[in-house]
Amino acid sequence: MKVGLLINEGPYNHQAADTAYQFARAALAKGHHIQRVFFYNDGVNNASKLTAPPQDDRHIVNRWSKLAEENGIDLVVCVAAGLRRGLVEDNLAPGFRISGLGQLVEAGIESDRLVVFGD
Amino acid sequence: MTQVAEAVERETQTRAVVKKFMYVNRKAPYGTIYALEGLEVALISAAFDQDVSLAFLDDGVYQLVKGQQTKGLEVKNFSPTYRALEGYDIEKLYVERESLAARGIREDQLLVPVQVVDAKEMAALMEQQDVIIGF
Repeated sequence: MKVGLLINEGPYNHQAADTAYQFARAALAKGHHIQRVFFYNDGVNNASKLTAPPQDDRHIVNRWSKLAEENGIDLVVCVAAGLRRGLVEDNLAPGFRISGLGQLVEAGIESDRLVVFGD
Repeated sequence: MTQVAEAVERETQTRAVVKKFMYVNRKAPYGTIYALEGLEVALISAAFDQDVSLAFLDDGVYQLVKGQQTKGLEVKNFSPTYRALEGYDIEKLYVERESLAARGIREDQLLVPVQVVDAKEMAALMEQQDVIIGF
């Protein structure tokens, strides 16, 4: 199945950011295809390379970068939501790209299921 | 029409996927950014020629109340944008009856024409959708 993900909550602030990642990993393990992961609202903060959690904690941003590299996943950050929160091209972690909201609608059209992780 | 033109048209038709998108608004217009950024997604999706509808329930019904005054909050009153939805061919706005009643809001206090539906009808509408995005 082709699955699209929408992440609307920030890292370390809300369980949605973690659950989305765990869902993505589980879906891949079951042989599903991740069509795209779209980051919106405070979810855009999941893409910041400036993120530096304590050593003994999970690194939410790097985790996405690794998953994308290993599985060729398209990680898209909303440009308007990113600009509002100071997230621009310069501080994107590897594997993420910035684009418009049209990419979210396209994910809804092209995926068999669009799964939303939000509050 | 030539055979080639017919074939091209047939292919264009199969490629033009129209899905039913519903945006579910559950939060008050101010206090968090969900309502504003949710509305932005709805507007963008109009450009994709999809079958778009908006649902308002819980505190989300406050988004459509007339006479919003945001000066004291120092945030932009974006409620006029709901009136622009019609111009984007987004005309299906569903408001849950129970949510209005629980907050003492009447239909004539809303700033756009809507269809008021009860929770059961709302559930049936959701059942028909291909994509549901909640904010």
